[in-house]
Amino acid sequence: MAKTLFDKIWDAHVVKEIAGGREVIYIDNHFIHEVTSPQAFAGMKARGIGVFRKSQTHATADHNVPTKDQHLPIQEALSRKQVDTLIENCKEFGVELYGLGHEKQGIVHVIGPELGITQPGKTMVCGDSHTSTHGAFGAIAFGIGTSQVEQVLSTQCLILKKPKRLRITVDGELQTGVSSKDIILYLISKLGVGGCTGYFVEYAGTAITSLSMEARMTICNMSIEMGARGGLIAPDETTYEYLRGREFVPAGPAFDEKVAQWKSLATDADAVFDKELEFSAHNISPMVTYGTNPGMGIGIAEGIPDQESDSFKKSLAYMDLRSGEKLEGKVIQHVFIGSCTNSRIEDLRQVADFVEGKIKSPDVQVMIVPGSKKVEQQAKEEGLDKIFEAAGFELRQPGCSACLGMNEDKIPSGEYCISTSNRNFEGRQGPGARTILASPLMAAAAAIEGKIVDVRKFLN
Amino acid sequence: MEKLNQLSSSAVPLPIEDIDTDQIIPARFLKGISKEGFGENLFRDWRYDKSDKEIEGFVLNNKIYQGQILVAGRNFGCGSSREHAAWALGDYGFRVVVSSFFADIFKGNALNNGILPITVSDAQLDRIFRKIEENPETVFSVDLPNQVLFDSAGISIQFEIDAYKKECLLNGYDDIDYLLNMKEDITAFEQKQNV
Ligand code: SF4
Repeated sequence: MAKTLFDKIWDAHVVKEIAGGREVIYIDNHFIHEVTSPQAFAGMKARGIGVFRKSQTHATADHNVPTKDQHLPIQEALSRKQVDTLIENCKEFGVELYGLGHEKQGIVHVIGPELGITQPGKTMVCGDSHTSTHGAFGAIAFGIGTSQVEQVLSTQCLILKKPKRLRITVDGELQTGVSSKDIILYLISKLGVGGCTGYFVEYAGTAITSLSMEARMTICNMSIEMGARGGLIAPDETTYEYLRGREFVPAGPAFDEKVAQWKSLATDADAVFDKELEFSAHNISPMVTYGTNPGMGIGIAEGIPDQESDSFKKSLAYMDLRSGEKLEGKVIQHVFIGSCTNSRIEDLRQVADFVEGKIKSPDVQVMIVPGSKKVEQQAKEEGLDKIFEAAGFELRQPGCSACLGMNEDKIPSGEYCISTSNRNFEGRQGPGARTILASPLMAAAAAIEGKIVDVRKFLN
Repeated sequence: MEKLNQLSSSAVPLPIEDIDTDQIIPARFLKGISKEGFGENLFRDWRYDKSDKEIEGFVLNNKIYQGQILVAGRNFGCGSSREHAAWALGDYGFRVVVSSFFADIFKGNALNNGILPITVSDAQLDRIFRKIEENPETVFSVDLPNQVLFDSAGISIQFEIDAYKKECLLNGYDDIDYLLNMKEDITAFEQKQNV
């Protein structure tokens, strides 16, 4: 029978079918971090059980680590306690940890692909909703809760109900200045934050297949923001080339064998999806969000819409914005370039390319936070750090940083931040912080001007 | 996990849509290493102002509204996978959340922590909100074996729950108990697949 890519991977991982249409699914790789793992380890200790498959488990510290002076002990007592607990648990349970200062440390969703742990055809989970990022390689990857972290640590399996399948096809060429971040913000604005709940998305179409791996990851990353369990893209030459030579990827003839296997990972021509949606890339312009969920996005030239609901009004009141208002020209105080959505080397290169020879507005603070130690190192090797310094951008050390405001990198109450991260929820970047989501290019342009601008004006 | 079978309680209304997990429990309170104590910071930024004073007008600060049932607007629990959201609700004392739509991960997390998410239609949700508004002391009952949510004055809603999850809740079982008993099958699967 004809199968979708999702079905092929899922079906190959069914250990057993059980009652109520549920299946026991085998998980190939499991990432853990300091915030959602302590209670799972505590549960295992209480049961007296160990980690079932240590070599398939990778740990890092990312969510609540400082992004300055990482060689010093963590100042904040609770954060330090959480990171120390991870260190102790990894030692006790025999899990390899890429802790603070380790050359492989970084945001889970940046290091997995970078090390080549993320590969086509795999099932991957992490106690973090943006695990969907890894789907860019043609893997089934999704976020789980801590109870499930405990299940995977102790059995390498989960009890799941198969989600429905949705294919989103985006065809056509993107305009200059429009990036993959704009594609996904556009899709979420059209489909809504609950629009894909219950589905696993496959992204297809020429606008998707022409993207680099980094750009594909940005799209899959935000699948969860429309409620989808995850999103994936069929692997192709771009995928194989990205993976060639990475640490966890086999080399030589073994690599060719892998590629031969990966080539079967595509949706069959006559496979049927539960739902299909099509969009045209021509209609997408640089996007910005104006509200307090990622679905509240508009093209830069559009005005903020009007809606009657109390939730909508509450959201605009929080942002201190009005219906009909345009975001172009809006003065901002902060720029955050980072997070698992846009902190890869390609994002940093793109920003450096744009700001080279320019200087930031004196009225904004610009934080640029690499996604991993490797990204940081590479940026330095390529001299991007010098460009950022000259432009007045502060290059920090890797971590989640102002994406979720768990460490000291917070946006002060009432101030605006244009951010390349994935969530503009109330208080996400700090209590009272007002977040405007956008692409790295849009963020860089705003940093120079001190207000939100249409980046295309610089590029034409 | 704590069992759930029958429950009767007044309800707390929160008629806001798309309540995300960052509102349920803001990230800066995720630094605990046990499952206890998160209730204190449930809806923290809606409950307390910057100087930690209670914000008047927020429903949890209004003594009129109390109970083990939270009734919330559409798309409750979207956002992050943090199970802390379920722990915070449970720790605060909620056992049931009623909404017209739940985000996937939240729903799973709730069920794994003995909290029952009940999905009703938008019209039914409206009706429940109106009932609570008219009389905050309205008692709602949940009968899990028969999958009914009802009150003494006419509301009676049949709700859906996956048969497996229902068994787990009724008996206080976790997925992990099941999986731990499957180690042989899992190892056999690994050998077959050459993992
Ligand atoms: S960068 Fe933000 S979204 Fe990504 S894993 Fe960290 S906290 Fe989550």
